[in-house]
Amino acid sequence: MNAHQSVVPVLIVLAPLLTSFMLPVLGWWYRPAVFPLVLTALAVSCGAAIVAAQDVVMNGPVHYYMGGWAPPWGIEFRVDALSALMLLFLTIITLLVGIYSKQSILKEIPSKEVPFYTVYLLLVAGLAGQVATADMFNLYVFLEITSLASYALVSIGGGAAVVSAFRYVILGTVGAAFYLLAVGYLYSVTGSLNMADLSRILPDLYESTTVLVGFAFFVIGISIKMALFPMHTWLPGAYSNAPSAVSALIAATTTKVAAYVLVRVMFFVFEPRFSIEMIPVTTLLGWIGAAAMILGSVMAIAQSDFKRLLAYSSVAQIGYIVLGIGLANTAGFTGSILHLVNHAFMKGGLFLVAGAIVYRTGLREIREFRNLSRKMPVTAATFTICAFAMIGIPPTGGFFSKFYLILGAIDAGNWVFVGVIVLSSVLALAYLANVLRYIYFPNDDATGGGGRQPVPEATQRDEVPWTMLGPMLAVTAIIVLLGIFNGEVVDRFIEPAMPAGLAR
Amino acid sequence: MTPEQPDLIVRMVCRGLAPFIQLFGLYVIMHGHSSPGGGFQGGVILASSFILLAMAEGSETLRRRLSLTALTGFMSAGVLLYAGIGVVCLVLGANYLDYGVLPFSEPRSVGMLVIEIGIGITVTAAMLSIFRDLLTF
Amino acid sequence: MVDAVFDFVIGHFNTVAYIILMMIGFYAMTGKTNLVKKLVGLNIFQWSIILFIVSLSAKRDATIPIVLAGHDHVTGPLLDAADYVNPLPHVLMLTAIVVGVAITGVALALLLRIHRQYGTLEEDELRDRVRASG
Repeated sequence: MNAHQSVVPVLIVLAPLLTSFMLPVLGWWYRPAVFPLVLTALAVSCGAAIVAAQDVVMNGPVHYYMGGWAPPWGIEFRVDALSALMLLFLTIITLLVGIYSKQSILKEIPSKEVPFYTVYLLLVAGLAGQVATADMFNLYVFLEITSLASYALVSIGGGAAVVSAFRYVILGTVGAAFYLLAVGYLYSVTGSLNMADLSRILPDLYESTTVLVGFAFFVIGISIKMALFPMHTWLPGAYSNAPSAVSALIAATTTKVAAYVLVRVMFFVFEPRFSIEMIPVTTLLGWIGAAAMILGSVMAIAQSDFKRLLAYSSVAQIGYIVLGIGLANTAGFTGSILHLVNHAFMKGGLFLVAGAIVYRTGLREIREFRNLSRKMPVTAATFTICAFAMIGIPPTGGFFSKFYLILGAIDAGNWVFVGVIVLSSVLALAYLANVLRYIYFPNDDATGGGGRQPVPEATQRDEVPWTMLGPMLAVTAIIVLLGIFNGEVVDRFIEPAMPAGLAR
Repeated sequence: MTPEQPDLIVRMVCRGLAPFIQLFGLYVIMHGHSSPGGGFQGGVILASSFILLAMAEGSETLRRRLSLTALTGFMSAGVLLYAGIGVVCLVLGANYLDYGVLPFSEPRSVGMLVIEIGIGITVTAAMLSIFRDLLTF
Repeated sequence: MVDAVFDFVIGHFNTVAYIILMMIGFYAMTGKTNLVKKLVGLNIFQWSIILFIVSLSAKRDATIPIVLAGHDHVTGPLLDAADYVNPLPHVLMLTAIVVGVAITGVALALLLRIHRQYGTLEEDELRDRVRASG
């Protein structure tokens, strides 16, 4: 691979990081400058990601040696096609949620604007760093930066969120500690921390129990971070009790980046044959993913609180991604990565809708969402498109990622998985259609409250402000575009980065 | 610790000890690049000297003397020093945090020293702010 | 049989020690209901892993990894890496220790807020009070 040097990957991480260091002082000195500076940093990051993506697509992987030290002595930042796709969607969604968050935060946690944005930018820097780095221990550092920022962001609202955040701290730290242990085990037998170097040294050592135990610790640790069933118990509390902008941000990003780390280490540091033939990790992950899909959807149907429903739905969608990894063939891998990107925007959009509803009406129970389509039609339309994408209706992106997953399951000859994917989509239809019914057809006699309730004719249109509507519409547009142009995404970003060794 | 002033002997001994602890903390920060130590260790030792004084003088005094603004400012200044050195290296043409291009006689040594000082300031301020928060319990 | 176990424990002393510590930490995290004890358990858990990785750097008859030359600047071919303990795990674990301290700080701040808001730090009482306050 003709990798070439470029400073752009570092800029994606540096811009938010440096700005977050400056924010506390700036907040004391001149508060109105904080929000524009935040947006500038996120925009710089986004621009750098676009430049990097163009560079990678045209010229091949980009790398950068921190401190001028070449690997394996130094820390290397390496962006290939897969990382470029991840960085692109991460920076776009964080920019959109950043624009959205101004009004939302003003309503929900008015006195904590400066700390919120400081930690927000730290989160963005940590996420970008996790994706861009090519050093195992550096990934641990960025993983912990991301985790600490998300603990702080979840708890910033007060109330029940603080207890959920404490639970998240305990479970998340256990996961990261397992990852650290894995890095320690791998270092002890190979003597290297660089991912490319490890992939060179490890194949001779696949038989050793140390490598096996290290890999096992890694998978468990990352599964906790990814909220893979049954290690998902921190997720419903954290997502539903956090402030709305925070839920949208961490739902769209942290678990996806953890799934990316799983893919990166399982298929690029370790060869795929290690996970497929030597120890049947992919089979195990496939079945766990299937279980997550069904159980997450079933739990979602049982929820009456909108954000909690979305949280359990996230558990189910993570199951899709892991199922795709577990299929261990190219169609499954493609479906998994496509679903990762799609879900970030779909779930982000849904949480933005939840935040908009809370902003205008303070409602969280689904039963109380009557008349929402008259009061907030644009929000309702956004919800509809995101819901269609979640269920998998063309031409939204969700359809294509599920299509690839079904193709992968057929390729692997596993018809149980095909049935599970279809069943899970039907269940998603169930819980999302339930919400749709309340929003659009409030006079339906079958709604649980009993009796007809006349719709007041004069329900005024009372939408959320434009700074909140804009990002929601942008997310909707991106979901549709991802569907229409999914062939482009697959050809330019996923095909070049397909790990060698997956079944065709 | 009660907010009232503790014993006279305790106060005098702590006041006498604190400068030595701070001197040792600064020594550990400065010699991080060539002996065991560095920014984090020295910063924690420095912070512990202030905490010792807080135990001696009472928590109210500490709360008055160490305002949250000052601590936040120090935290930002320290990390900005660290990241700033990296950006200076970037601007001077080399990779991020490549100290070899700094215009000093022993550039790598000086670069690491400035970074350790930055980390030391930040860690001291962070430890003190955590302790200050716990005082309100 | 006892010989084999004994040999294993003595030969892999650091592994056995860290696993015992890790399990103690795990027990504290899961078996105790007080949130502060859970936090202490988390700390023990993390510290055990850090101890283990630092112990990976030890070598027989090796000295601390500081070049003894001092001002003579003896470097290069006169240095034998086998004489010095591996410094890389130490440095990596320094970062991990800082991360552990930061997590403890965040968790302590969270505990303070929980106490201020709900008045208790016991998990069962907390669950009732959270449910009661909506």
